This record gives sequence, structure tokens and C-alpha cells, in this order.
Amino acid sequence: MSFGADNVTVAGRLDGVSLNCRRGMITAICGPNGAGKSTLLSVIAGLLKPDAGRAVMGGRALAAVSLAQRAQWIGYLPQTPEVAWDVSVEVLISLGRLPWRGAPAAETQDAIEDAIAAMDLQELRHRPVSTLSGGERARALMARVLATQPGWLLADEPFANLDLAHGAALMHRFRQQARAGRGVVLVLHDLATAMNHADQVLVLAKGRVEAEGPPEMALSREVITRVWNCPAHWLGDPGERALSIGAPAPLAVDFRQQF
Amino acid sequence: MNLRFVLLLVLALVVAVPLSLLAGRVWINPFAPELHSASVILLQLRLPRAVLALVLGAGLGAAGAAMQGYLRNPLADPGLFGIAPGAALGAVLSFWTGYASAPWMLPLFALIGAGGAMALLALIAGRGGGVALFTLAGLMVSSLAGALMSLAISLTPSPFAMSEIVTWMMGSLADRSWREVWIATPLTLAGIGVILAAGRDLDAMTLGEMAARSLGVEPLRLQALLILGVGLVVGSGVAVAGIIGFVGLMVPHLVRPMTDRKPSSLIVPSALAGALLLLVADCICRIMPLSGGELRLGIALSLLGAPFFLRLLLKMRRGMVA
Repeated sequence: MSFGADNVTVAGRLDGVSLNCRRGMITAICGPNGAGKSTLLSVIAGLLKPDAGRAVMGGRALAAVSLAQRAQWIGYLPQTPEVAWDVSVEVLISLGRLPWRGAPAAETQDAIEDAIAAMDLQELRHRPVSTLSGGERARALMARVLATQPGWLLADEPFANLDLAHGAALMHRFRQQARAGRGVVLVLHDLATAMNHADQVLVLAKGRVEAEGPPEMALSREVITRVWNCPAHWLGDPGERALSIGAPAPLAVDFRQQF
Repeated sequence: MNLRFVLLLVLALVVAVPLSLLAGRVWINPFAPELHSASVILLQLRLPRAVLALVLGAGLGAAGAAMQGYLRNPLADPGLFGIAPGAALGAVLSFWTGYASAPWMLPLFALIGAGGAMALLALIAGRGGGVALFTLAGLMVSSLAGALMSLAISLTPSPFAMSEIVTWMMGSLADRSWREVWIATPLTLAGIGVILAAGRDLDAMTLGEMAARSLGVEPLRLQALLILGVGLVVGSGVAVAGIIGFVGLMVPHLVRPMTDRKPSSLIVPSALAGALLLLVADCICRIMPLSGGELRLGIALSLLGAPFFLRLLLKMRRGMVA
């Protein structure tokens, strides 16, 4: 295993979860609310120490990797990214270079320019973050993660506050990053996004793995009905799938019998 | 932009320091000094006072910048951690026990008080390293020290000691000598050095605690640096001058728009601007015609600071501060 989780348990949140991510691929972590998706992402990012099992990077236990090296290798975008001070886009992106203490100035500048180019932020680079729209802000925050030039990109619901077009554009950027050889791990709420864009999907429920594999398998009609307790079936062609959702499962109690 | 601003502040200090030496109850004419008394006033009274103002102002400015960066809040102040009340408690105890009359004892007591507050803070806040818990621990230490201080004052053996305590707590640089300079300077400079070392971590905190950790910040190390840096600065400041508030709140806030707003870019300009502010404020205290002594520096800064604070709150209410 090169990156992921090996039989990880976090009291009350995860119960023996394993996840094997691959570079060049987009791995999606899906599941109902409270399934442990964000917890799992924090564990493989090295931000949360599991009670049992271990997070793995490059075949080694993540806990054995130095903090500096971990920061250089794993770029992490939290669920509700904050920017405390009204810095410019360029300064925000430069924060992504913090793990590379002592790197030559030219190298730092190149990485920042690459991140700006990858996220199309040339025209916004001197703008204060407070003046950006939601979509622009999401791109700037993503560029901050890219400036680190990490081997692994981890993002917790990156599309949560984005409209349709901005969400699609950001997904396209993740795809580009995966093609460039990075490993991308996303926590996704929207199953259609996972179905259409992920290379592999892990479905969690109540801290356990319910399904894993290619999206057609892991997000099959049966799995969705069972895990989300909601009948659903896929419409459309592969890559452009949409989810048709039926009424939730009927209440377990039959009221007619009571009256 | 940052460098130009720093040079401007240095230039302002170069102009302000000699002027401040001439100003006071007795104005000294640089072109026709009355030789003997002038040199005594300059070297024994005004120069140590000016140096103290510079050193303490620089420390408080830098500490304020660090606190605001760490707590990600423009309303944060070095006093929040309870180190100043801890130092003040130590000083009050030196009056209470009567040791204050012996040289070195008051500052020593105050430094022990500051050290105690720092240790308590580290003890309560340690392990997790979360900012919220740390801030609450600071508030707890602060109110504990405040309560003990009130207790000590209320049990003061003599009214004379009580009046001494109350006057001292107002914060002032009047009648300070080179001795105070030698106590405060090395400790404050060391504190500023520690704060500078925390600069990168403070920058990472801009993105929130989780993102900062993902960028390689060790929360406990950062906490330790802050306790040490802010503690040295605030503790030594209170030890020689009493409580001087609002500098750490106002200065970083005034300086921020002139920089790129990263916490680390704020530390040096805040130190310089803090030095300038305290120097000028102390001069105004000296010149202000008041019957019954001079205006206390702590009071002057609070008078200046409270409206400033209010304006900041109003601006925040309109959502204009970030």
C-alpha cells in the first residue's frame, strides 16, 4: 500500500477502515452524514491519530514520517477553509510554500507561479481575498494547496459552496492534477460527482466500509438503497450519470394497525 | 512596500528620540544648554526613560502582533493570556510584604508572578494544543491573578502601601532609572526574538488550525513559543513600569494595512511603531500640565485606547475588518 489507511479505528467514529489510494487517480469517500468521512480524511492526512491501525504514506506508517516531510507531501484542504486576514491572492498562495523552509527563492516563486497558472488566477493575483466571489475564492484556496506541490491532494467536500459551473471547473482541475501524477482523495456528498469523476469510491456508513471499488460497483443501486436507505437508480450514460431518487423507505411502524 | 514602511518608522524614531529628550517640565535648549543640570536631566532621567519607552513599546507591539496572529482576531491583546495580571500580582505582593522598598525586589517579584502565570498557562493548556482551550486557560489565569490581587489589596496592612500599590498599577515610566533599563531590555529583546521565531507558524495559522497543522505547524511548539515570547515581554514590562494596556491592541491594527497583512510581516513594524507610540505618549504625559504630578502613562493610553477599541468594534459590526 502506498497511501491510505490500514485497519484504522477511531473511537466512536471509525471501526477498522482500510483505504488504498493510488497516484494518478481520484479516490472518492462517500457516505451518509456522520459516516466518518471527514474523520478518515483527517487520519490519512496525519492530522488525527487513530486509536488503532495506522495511516500509511509511501509504504511507511505516516506517524513515522517527519512533520516537515508530511507537510511537503500531503496537501490538505479543510471542509470550511478560512482565511483570517485579508491578504492578497498571491500572499495566500505563498502560504502553501511554508512547508518548504529554506527552499531557494526562485523555486518558491516558480511553484507559486505554477499554482497561479493552474488555477487561472493571473488577473486576480493582487486582489484581496475578501473581494473574491465564492468560485474565485475556492480556486485561490486550491492554488494554495497546489503551491506546496504535494504528491497527494486531500480535500473535504471541495464543491460544497460552489455553483454548478464552478464546481465542474474545479472538478476539471482535480482531474488535471490526477493526470499529472498526483493522488487525489476527495470527500464527496454528491454521489453523481463521485460516479462520473472518481476512479475509485469508498462508501462508509457508521464508521464501517460498506462498499469499495470502481464507482459502478461501489455506488450501485443496491448499495445506495441499503446505505442511504433510499431507493435510487442511475440515469444516462457513463460519465454523465444522474441519480433518480425515489421516496425514502417507508416507516417501520404501520400506523393502520394501531388505529 | 514593507521595507519602505519599516524605514519610515526607523526614520520617525531617529527624529523622535532626540526631541523627546528635550521635552519635559524643564525644556532643554539644545543650542544653549545650562550645562550641569542639563546633563543630569538628560543622562539620569530622560535617557533611561526614553530607552524604557522604546524597549517596552517594541515588546508590546510585537507581542500584540503575535497574539492577534495566533488568535486570528484583530481584537486580541497581549494581556489576554493572564501573564500581565500574574506579574502585577507578584508586584502587589512585594508591596504587601514590604519587600518593594529594597532595590530589585519589586521587579523580581513581578517576574516570578509572570513566570508563575506562564507555567500555569502551559500546564492547563498543554497536550491538545487547541487555540480555544488555550484562550480560556488564559482568561482563567487572568481572573485568578486578578482575584488574588484584589484580595492582597483588600488585606493591605497599611493605607500607605495601598496607595503605593494603586499608583503603581496605573503604569508609568516616571522616575525610572538605568536599573529598570537593565532589567527589562534583555528580557524584552529575548521575548521579541522568540516571537520572531514563531512568525512562520503564525502565518500558517491564517488558514485555521487544521490547515496550519497540515502545513507542518506543531501546535504545542507554537504555544510554547507564544507563552515564552509574550511572557518575557509582558512580564518584564509590568515588572518595571506597571500595567500599560492597549499598545498591543492598537499598534498591530494600525500597522496591518501598511503591510501584506501576514502575521509575520507585522512583527517588526509593530515593534517599531509600538516603540514610537510609547515614546510619544510618555512625552505627552511629561508635558501635560497637571497639578499633583504627571499624567500616568497607563491612564493616558487607556484614555486613547478605549475610543480606538470602540471604533474598531463599530467597524467590525459593519463587517469592515479582516
